[in-house]
Amino acid sequence: MTVTRRDFVKQTSLASAVIAGGSPRVSGLPAPVQRRSDPAIKELCVIALDAARSAGAAYADIRVVRRRSQRIATRDDRVTAISDGETFGFGVRVLAKGAWGFVASKELSRRGVTEIARRAVDQAGANGAGVTDGVVLAPVDAYPDSKWQSPISVDPFAVPVEDKVDLLLTANTEALRVRGARFVSSSMFFLREEKTFASTEGTITEQTIYRSAPSMQVTAVAPDFSNFQTRASTEVSPMGLGYEHVLDADFPGRAPLWAEDAVAMLSATSVEAGEYDLILDPSHLFLTIHESIGHPTELDRALGYEANYAGTSFLSPPSEMIGNLRYGPEFMNVQGDRTQQGALATVGWDDEGVPADSWPIIKDGVFVDYQTTREQAGWISEYTGVTRSHGCSYAQSWDRVQFQRMPNVSLLPGDENRSIDDLIAATERGIVIKGRGSYSIDQQRYNFQFGGQVFEEVRGGKVVGRLRDVAYQGQTIPFWNSMDMIGGPGSYQLAGTASDGKGQPSQSNAVSHGCPPARFRNVTVINTAR
Amino acid sequence: MPELLTEAEARDLCRKILATSSADAAEVRIESRSEANTRFARNQFSTGGESADVRITVSAIFGSRRGSVVFNDLSEAGIEAAVRRSEELARFAPEDREWMPMLGPQTYVPVGGFFERTDELSAAERAAAVEAITGPARQAGLVATGFLQQVAAATAVANTRDLFAYDRSTLVSLTTTVRTADGRGSGWAGTTHNDWGRITSPAELAEQAMEKASQSVGAAAVEPGAYTVLLEPTAVGNLVQLLSTALDARSADEGRSFFSKQGGGNRIGEQVVDERLSLVSDPQDPDLLTSPFTSDGQPLTRTEWIRNGVLTNLSYSRFWGSKQGVPAVPPAGGLKLRGGEGSVDELVQTVRQGLLLTRFWYIRPVDRRTLVYTGLTRDGTFLIEDGRVTRAVKNLRFNESPMNMLNKLQAIGGARRVVASESGGVGRAVSAPPLVVRSFNFTAWSDAV
Repeated sequence: MTVTRRDFVKQTSLASAVIAGGSPRVSGLPAPVQRRSDPAIKELCVIALDAARSAGAAYADIRVVRRRSQRIATRDDRVTAISDGETFGFGVRVLAKGAWGFVASKELSRRGVTEIARRAVDQAGANGAGVTDGVVLAPVDAYPDSKWQSPISVDPFAVPVEDKVDLLLTANTEALRVRGARFVSSSMFFLREEKTFASTEGTITEQTIYRSAPSMQVTAVAPDFSNFQTRASTEVSPMGLGYEHVLDADFPGRAPLWAEDAVAMLSATSVEAGEYDLILDPSHLFLTIHESIGHPTELDRALGYEANYAGTSFLSPPSEMIGNLRYGPEFMNVQGDRTQQGALATVGWDDEGVPADSWPIIKDGVFVDYQTTREQAGWISEYTGVTRSHGCSYAQSWDRVQFQRMPNVSLLPGDENRSIDDLIAATERGIVIKGRGSYSIDQQRYNFQFGGQVFEEVRGGKVVGRLRDVAYQGQTIPFWNSMDMIGGPGSYQLAGTASDGKGQPSQSNAVSHGCPPARFRNVTVINTAR
Repeated sequence: MPELLTEAEARDLCRKILATSSADAAEVRIESRSEANTRFARNQFSTGGESADVRITVSAIFGSRRGSVVFNDLSEAGIEAAVRRSEELARFAPEDREWMPMLGPQTYVPVGGFFERTDELSAAERAAAVEAITGPARQAGLVATGFLQQVAAATAVANTRDLFAYDRSTLVSLTTTVRTADGRGSGWAGTTHNDWGRITSPAELAEQAMEKASQSVGAAAVEPGAYTVLLEPTAVGNLVQLLSTALDARSADEGRSFFSKQGGGNRIGEQVVDERLSLVSDPQDPDLLTSPFTSDGQPLTRTEWIRNGVLTNLSYSRFWGSKQGVPAVPPAGGLKLRGGEGSVDELVQTVRQGLLLTRFWYIRPVDRRTLVYTGLTRDGTFLIEDGRVTRAVKNLRFNESPMNMLNKLQAIGGARRVVASESGGVGRAVSAPPLVVRSFNFTAWSDAV
């Protein structure tokens, strides 16, 4: 049976309903333990909110976060780091006299939360001097005593460290067996964030969020030291999953292939600059989506709030863009969501208690909506008809204030069930690009230059060899309008990035992007070595 | 801001944590940190925050096996749990043939990077500094956005071989981007130092950014290609700081660095950039004032990476130094590209035909063999004709190597501390001069303002 795009959208949204299920458990490995409620923390949250209100806050929220992390890193046959982290703290955000205040501390006690809440109100008073356009929050329902957990099968913190070390060193050995592979480094990073959120809207949520990020790099060096090439395992993305993601990534099995790629790049043909049709694999296309669709559709950028660092957006003003700007061909549909199973930005509620949402950003090729928080939803509701936040509030840690961050932003597959092989077979002269490489785009998201990990030359519908030194340049809107073929539901994959910077001080966001492979016509390719 | 750990408190806490350890050896690093910031956008406050934390890293060592735990629970139970966990992790680790024994007591240079007036800056004072920028912008019909960040930190390192190091410092940065109301012009200005008393005044920053915003309206596209460019100190800092990770001996000796020598070895002793240039790290330089020790307590003193164009040093880890038979050289802390004399305005007069660049954005490595990076100009890109800035030009994408750039030097001005990070907050201490460079390579232009 052919799965249509409409069915796919439904299934993707439905994934949010099965979040507790996750992928099948791997037998013999530790299952996740459901977190128990901590009444003491919830009580302190209520005390903080009361203190903020008593001090004059019109609105307040508190996030109490326990962050557990683990990193294991190796180089060749050595372990270079085994490090655990466990930090704890809370941040109180208040709205008083139309301005925000935020103070964070690790002293979680009755006295501690009361003092911090009062200081946040004091700070809002100082911040509000000269504020003429006060903050107005969009409505939100109350979610008292609600819980959510990432859909993991195997708790990464319950897997013995020896097993992790053994897996990485075995993979390294396999890579170094390949003739010409000189150096290898590999690592695993795991995160468990236990977050309790409470707000004066009557919400108290408890969420446990997991992330797993395995990675590997193999370097080949020419015998005369005249050249070196590195292949990174970038098609293995960080995910909002457990240790099953590491096992599925099969580093020992794939390491020799990555090593062979590194060696092959030493003798690959250096690309001739010019125009090519590009076939972009999901392991690469996800970051092109991130940069040229994800970032420009952030509403705070479009309105100038991030002008001093992350930049503004060509998608401005919203009144002229919404429902009018043709982003790409009619079969181009882009969804924002915080619901896809295993995706990095997937949660139960955002960092201001808004439930996970799924909504169209580009519909039938036309831009229709931005990413929003509660403060922002009202800024464009007269153009979108949407009066509530899309749930895009996020802070990287307890000591940073939450603000608008990118959700999962995904290019939906086409109705025809095409694979990447079908795209290659239909291409006379082109390049297949896999994996993420060097990425750079201007501060308004017009002009970009993107590279990859693996470049395959296509002639007459077939892959005929390897290329190197490839990067492509383009302008966002002409580029997306040059997309003429897209893979079907069977070719859709999730990939993501765990270190997306925005805000001052810069905060790191983790976000996934799903997409099928897609073909783009007559794109400018440069040779990066000349 | 909340009190930092004093030297006596940090020493006591280090002793307590090390005494809890039952490993063969142990090491502890404490960072006590307070931070406050104010952001503004559309000519008014947008968000801000204050936070305080004490973050401890404890490492247990059995033979050559090592495990570490980062934690912030300073209770007896918290310390006990973290120390035990570090020991457990160390036992999981295999023996490490590159293990180096811990250092004993060391001597550190005094730096004096802590300033009360930075530490004591209040939310109301931050708001006043912001108003000194947003007020004039509002009056001129322009739109100011920006960020003021202050940080105070005390860092201590100790180990069971009686090493103890302590340093405290402050940092402050203030940056602003002013745009025209129609979005056709944008100008940036920024300042940073350890000492709030030594930064450029908010009013002066506002003036600089407003002037650039107004002047950059109506930018014309110029053909991509090789141009003579005058890089302001911030733009030079954006690129020069990229060298810090490349200045590493091991990757060079292993054949995977710009500084690898064909046939083997590294390029120390070779002329690598113009002979007028020297690159230095010095914790005591009044323009840098960085930590006098590394995370494991190695002393940091003045290091010349490039002297009169010749590569004089690469960083050597303690292991790699011992293997190669040379002393360890810790990696760069702050970086200063020593300049000559002269301001940006004076250098403009030396350029017959060229481009004036304010800063760069989204700089990413393209080819590690050649150190070629790509990125774009931003917030003030102008044409210089016959020694005068004549008009705004559209932003351009470059594909260029900082090392190649430093070899095409035409003129050099006086160095100053710059906000070198793209994110515009406090970061690595970088001091850079304005430079006039020939044949800087641009590959595309952008409509971005």
